[in-house]
Amino acid sequence: MKKAYKIDIDCANCAAKVEAAVNKLEGVKKCTVSFMTGKLTLETDSDDQTGIMKEVIKTAKKIEPDCEITAK
Amino acid sequence: MTKREKKDLARIIVSAALLIVINFIPVDGWVRFALYLVPYLIVGFEVLKKSAVNIAHGQVFDENFLMAVATIGAFAIGEYNEACFVMIFYEVGELFEHVAVGKSRKSIASLMDIRPDTANLERDGEIEEADPDEVEIGSVIVVRPGERVPIDGEIIEGETLLDTVALTGEAVPRSARAGDAIISGCVNLTATVRVRTTKEAGESTVAKILELVENSADNKAKSEDFITRFAKYYTPVVVIGAVLLAIVPSLFDGQWTKWIHQALTFLVISCPCALVLSVPLSFFGGIGGASKNGILIKGSNYLEALSKTSAAVFDKTGTLTKGEFAVQKVEPAGMTESELLELAAYAELDSSHPIAESIRAAYGGKIDRERVTEWKNEAGKGVTAVINGERVLCGNEKLLREAGIEVGRTGVHLARNGEYAGSIKISDSVKPGAREALEALGRGGVTTIMLTGDHRSAAEEIAAEVGIDEYHAELLPQDKVSKIEEIIEKYGKTGKVLFCGDGINDAPVLARADIGVAMGAMGSDAAIEASDVVLMDDKLEKLSKAIEISRKTNRIVTENIVFALAVKAVVLALGLFGAATMWEAVFADVGVLVLCILNAMRCLRFK
Repeated sequence: MKKAYKIDIDCANCAAKVEAAVNKLEGVKKCTVSFMTGKLTLETDSDDQTGIMKEVIKTAKKIEPDCEITAK
Repeated sequence: MTKREKKDLARIIVSAALLIVINFIPVDGWVRFALYLVPYLIVGFEVLKKSAVNIAHGQVFDENFLMAVATIGAFAIGEYNEACFVMIFYEVGELFEHVAVGKSRKSIASLMDIRPDTANLERDGEIEEADPDEVEIGSVIVVRPGERVPIDGEIIEGETLLDTVALTGEAVPRSARAGDAIISGCVNLTATVRVRTTKEAGESTVAKILELVENSADNKAKSEDFITRFAKYYTPVVVIGAVLLAIVPSLFDGQWTKWIHQALTFLVISCPCALVLSVPLSFFGGIGGASKNGILIKGSNYLEALSKTSAAVFDKTGTLTKGEFAVQKVEPAGMTESELLELAAYAELDSSHPIAESIRAAYGGKIDRERVTEWKNEAGKGVTAVINGERVLCGNEKLLREAGIEVGRTGVHLARNGEYAGSIKISDSVKPGAREALEALGRGGVTTIMLTGDHRSAAEEIAAEVGIDEYHAELLPQDKVSKIEEIIEKYGKTGKVLFCGDGINDAPVLARADIGVAMGAMGSDAAIEASDVVLMDDKLEKLSKAIEISRKTNRIVTENIVFALAVKAVVLALGLFGAATMWEAVFADVGVLVLCILNAMRCLRFK
């Protein structure tokens, strides 16, 4: 399943780092973070993303504590 | 500016003012240190806090950490002014970055603010406001003058002018009346119309366009990937360089303070922010600027590829030509021109083929059905009929050859009672502006190629008229794909091959080309779906404009990358030899950031 989330992040470099880190998570097929549109698109194998989103948020917070990811 | 940005600005101003004042206070030792700590902490507390948190998370090489180390280092060696100045300047750069990004986001958002929130739904003779998402297909909605059309549909009552500028970039309004399709996103200008919806709001043109532009940021360009990968290595390398610069020479000459001071310069310049931001910002602006012109680009990667176009391949009918057939020449044999035309019009009275329609239109007179008997359609050949008791054949060369009459290949041929009666030449007319558009492409170094299923002679005529470089005729639909592969083989070495078609019958070719461009896409989902670049109207000059925009955007991206890297390299070199201090470093770093952002914002202003 492919789903878009809103991501509030401060700098372009951090967005790129979050993207790279999330892509390494298990169960993530593809993740793109667009700093310009403030959007995180997550493609996963399973149809339920609630579990994996917790991991994604944890990973993102580790890189940029200020960032905020919310459902669109 | 947002509230947070205003707060940041206030902190910068307060600490800068304090810093100036402190410089005039004649104190020494710990008091002096404490005094300088005030402006430093006012402006830099956030940075220090963030870097502490990030270290706890194992994130060492982020810019907060680098700035923290650089400024704390400066404090340690007694360069209080420098420490404060670097932090203030760094914050100025950050603030500028936020404002610039916010501004370009906003200007794209306003560009995309073309989806109305409500629809005037007609229910039991009453009009009520409804959420467009809840309007079912086949409902009747009312669009008043000045309102935007919320859902695609068909006008059932009223006649008006529509402003399509938000969709096509075209300023001249279109007229529309009952029976015409009406596209969401247009502004109704002159009169109230009643519309029967043909799609759901989510499937309507405006929703598709917004989705497309929003998703475009997900398809990243090569230069974007390059720069993020570069940043990943750049920062650690520079930091290691700084550590070496602080330690190695000092071991020889023992001047620790001097070398540490110089190493701090490295840390200040090690932040890759200007680079990492300016590239996507430029592409984002370029995509926004293009959509303002009615050109939708599905990703930065396509915007990048467009600039490298080496060959542009066009479908003939409907792309280079209008796709409307018209009688060009009537060549009778043994009768007058008008007699031949009348005969042809009678023969074609019931045919729905566009060529038949063009013959009837050229004849223009009334057709008396009583005079036609035994009408028969011969698929792929033409028609046979008995008109006024005379046996008439009307069709292509195959039809006449079967009757034993040898004729040339092009045109519609007629025979009466077994004798050749003449032929009618029908052709599609070239789109106005096609020649100029192809010339513009040629000037940009793009080879133009035409593909068509038509006869060679018809293709040759159109090719000469529009001034195309190369053409391939008599291609069956499946041949077009192998042809485009041949072209990619030939021109792919020097650049990208673009295919431009109407997106209806050429989806496989659109998909096979490096860049598929669908034109005249207003209301055609298939075209939007199948292509990489969508031209909202069917004007060819939009294609050269798209390439122009992409070249400009890519030029700006290259300028930014080269400029930022060059400045950083120079400052690193100067720092190595002790010619640059932290003052110059932070000035260069923030200066590069500001200039790159300003340069990137030019993409947005493409007219």
